[in-house]
Amino acid sequence: MGLGALMLPDYLFSKPVDAARFLDSGIDTKAKKELADAALARAKKSGATYADVRIGRYLTQSVTTREAKVQNIANNESFGVGIRVIANGTWGFAATNEVTKEGVQKCADRAVLLAKANARLQKEPVKLAPQKGLGERSWKTPIEINAFKIPVKEKVDLLMKVNSEALKAGANFINSALFFANEQKYFASTDGSYIDQDIHRLWPTFTVTVVDKQTGKFKTRDALSAPMGMGYEYLTPKASEKIAGPQGLVLYRYAYDMVEDAVQAARQAKEKHTAKSVKPGEYDLVLDPNHLGLTIHESVGHPLELDRVLGYEANYAGTSFCTLDKWKSGNFNFGSKIVNIVADRKQPHFLNTVGYDDEGVPAKEWDLIKDGILVNYQATRDQVQLLGQTESHGCSYADNWGSVQFQRMPNVSLRPGREQLSVEDMIKGVEKGIYILGRGSYSIDQQRYNFQFGGQVFYEIENGKITGMLDDVAYQSNTQHFWNQCVQICDEKDYRCFGTFFDGKGQPGQVSAVSHGCSTSRFAKINVLNTNSSKTA
Amino acid sequence: MLNEQEAKKLLDKILSYAKADEVSVTITGSRVGNIRYARNTVSTNGETDNLSFAVTSVYGKRSGTATGNEFDDAALERTVRRSEEIAQLAPESPEFMTALPPQHYQQGMNYSENTGRIDPVFRVDAALASIQECVKNKATAAGYLEDTTSFKAIGNNKGLFGYNKETSGEFTVTARTADEKGSGYGVSYFTDAAKLDTKGATEVAVKKALAWKDPKELKPERMTVVLEPQAAYDLLSLLVNAMDARSADEGRSYFGKRGGGNRIGSQLFQDKVTIFSDPFNAENPSSPFFADGRPQQKVTWVENGVLKALPYSRYWAAQKGVDAVPPPEGFIMQGSGQSLDDLIKATDKGVLVTRFYYIRLVDPQTLVFTGLTRDGTFSIENGEIKNGIKNFRFNESPAAMLANLEAVGKPVRIQNSMVPPMRIRDFNFTSLSDAV
Repeated sequence: MGLGALMLPDYLFSKPVDAARFLDSGIDTKAKKELADAALARAKKSGATYADVRIGRYLTQSVTTREAKVQNIANNESFGVGIRVIANGTWGFAATNEVTKEGVQKCADRAVLLAKANARLQKEPVKLAPQKGLGERSWKTPIEINAFKIPVKEKVDLLMKVNSEALKAGANFINSALFFANEQKYFASTDGSYIDQDIHRLWPTFTVTVVDKQTGKFKTRDALSAPMGMGYEYLTPKASEKIAGPQGLVLYRYAYDMVEDAVQAARQAKEKHTAKSVKPGEYDLVLDPNHLGLTIHESVGHPLELDRVLGYEANYAGTSFCTLDKWKSGNFNFGSKIVNIVADRKQPHFLNTVGYDDEGVPAKEWDLIKDGILVNYQATRDQVQLLGQTESHGCSYADNWGSVQFQRMPNVSLRPGREQLSVEDMIKGVEKGIYILGRGSYSIDQQRYNFQFGGQVFYEIENGKITGMLDDVAYQSNTQHFWNQCVQICDEKDYRCFGTFFDGKGQPGQVSAVSHGCSTSRFAKINVLNTNSSKTA
Repeated sequence: MLNEQEAKKLLDKILSYAKADEVSVTITGSRVGNIRYARNTVSTNGETDNLSFAVTSVYGKRSGTATGNEFDDAALERTVRRSEEIAQLAPESPEFMTALPPQHYQQGMNYSENTGRIDPVFRVDAALASIQECVKNKATAAGYLEDTTSFKAIGNNKGLFGYNKETSGEFTVTARTADEKGSGYGVSYFTDAAKLDTKGATEVAVKKALAWKDPKELKPERMTVVLEPQAAYDLLSLLVNAMDARSADEGRSYFGKRGGGNRIGSQLFQDKVTIFSDPFNAENPSSPFFADGRPQQKVTWVENGVLKALPYSRYWAAQKGVDAVPPPEGFIMQGSGQSLDDLIKATDKGVLVTRFYYIRLVDPQTLVFTGLTRDGTFSIENGEIKNGIKNFRFNESPAAMLANLEAVGKPVRIQNSMVPPMRIRDFNFTSLSDAV
């Protein structure tokens, strides 16, 4: 999808502000604690058996351009309080942007009232997994440079350089953008936790278009960047964070050279006009982390969300093929024996990395798929007991103070191969295959069985060598079949991060940002179709 | 919520603080309520009120926008000053267009007092009617009802002023059989809440879930399909959204012509295809003006299969010397008097599709999308629904679909559009899905 499809989420009561406002630190922790205590006390007095308060200040900035034009600069700030309670065994939630003692007390009353009103429809009382009060805690994304302190002009200059270099390299059009987010959130609960967090992330991206007027055809190539849980340092190119890929490709780890990638994108979009159209059939797929991350997201991350498994998303996102009976069997063969998939909210630089989740549970790491077998899900405090587990996985998140927190995907990653293996050596072993890079078209059914993925750049592999660029490639498979066809995974030297900045879920919709790490992996005999003729093999 | 006089008074006050060459103001207010349920019990509900305003100040070709949600005099003036500061710091826009002078707008028709009166009790009762229908049939309901009452006022220091008050709502429900082997879907979209029928929509969903249970398997291939209005909308809206004159003229759109320019005047689709928009249509009324102040009028986009118009930005229209027709809020595809049942009866062999899911663009050149059928897919034989069949993945273009259109039925309201059921030949199914 091009940049035309990208939109910042509509944060509740979010308002454009002068960039200078980003440098304000907001209200101090002591004042937040006093407000939180006032709200918690009021909720208890009104009849709540549990309450949590989130005082949030959410900052976002986006700079969007095309060719030599700045299209939009948006600075947004959103500040308010969300209060969630259990009364009469039922959840109630209310939010306000009146951040005063009276404002939060009124809001607490409203949350309790709603809980009591809904209680007549509740079948079973809400049961929370225990969480010991943690006292006063704080956590901050370990950034080197706060992106909100970088002047807008510097950001515009970077994008103008990206655009002009891409045009010089043969692009006819380029849309480029920088997105920045900072969540300053204070959590307090009747358990006795007071947690102050400062979370940062960013996403540089572009779409390059090359048009052939004679044929009337146009080809695009999107950035091979990943959104990151980092500061502006991600945009300072570093030789040590570059990986030399096949065909002269430059790939990126934890520092991104946006200008360099735009130039290679323009050349590749041009090359696509003369690339061979793929012949449908079965191929061994060699999938780069910047591509495979999305396949992990859709085919592993989402089906292992416990709320989906239980039916809470049935009307919108769907349910899951990973039903509880499969998990209980202890032998559900999700993938081949080399497939080990982990959930981890502590991984450095990853988007979903935090100190604590939005119900005060410390970040942790746990296995989802071990040696190919389904071993666990992603759960929150009110659902984890359905698995017979006594500790929440810490997967609760709300995208704003005005949104109610619910189960969201943590960073879900494929562990690297245990044996030494480079991408080059992997390709040498492929007789008939396709090497795929970048995030392309993606679609999967509502129970996560049948999927189809495209990509940004495709190379044909014949008898252990890359023979040239391919076009019109997409692969279709079934999740369990696909992961059982995983025959090789490169070692940790190739391990990189893919991410998505605006992952949607829920009604009304909420977004979250999540990363997926992996090394280049090989999947044997996967069905490839030609998207131009749209005929399967 | 402000009425027209209150909005005008506030807008004039904001303009009175302005010092820039040109100033535009937008005031919006809304009350959005929702209720969500799953596993036959309410999971979340909420109601959000919001009132805010945006000021755009312009110096030469530099513009800056600031928004506020505080309405005392000092806050209004502070917001205007902030927009002026941002404008002075902004780069010049080579595509800058000066604000519009006063325009004539017809009275909008998209407000209903019935919807404006919806409260939390109404929503709980509406959800209960749906849940009870499922419980009665030993099915599980997951549904969502959202209603919006809002207004928008626009104005500038050249004397332009517009005000419109509107309501809208949507209800969707998925019913699943107790053994999780069947799933069905029902919808109800409305401007006037009197037309909301959660029980009726749930009856449809339950009926589909029970009938679709234990689906048979058909080989994926090109087949004749009968698309229910929701399924037809799912694909047709993607084609309408892709209509844009600039991207066509730049050669990066389905609507672009080989050698340059766009395809206005070309026969692109089967001659039964006529698509228009009309903000004053009684069934799907919309705002009488676009966000930038251009009046919305009835526009024919496709007539008898020929592309007649594409939306233009004001800048691009000025470059090309043509009328700047704004994009529509919703669309209407002309239908016939035939019902969905009539279309099914006239089908020898085909597939009935309730809705599509997870639709993503595969090829922007040809507008090929991929996605899947969901919540009620049935085989048709000799004019009758035979049985439930497994879901399919498709790779198909809505443009190709309109070229292969065989019959259309009576349009019904889906989202903010009016879409008929359609029968289409050679619809490209490419694989099977086990999803229920």
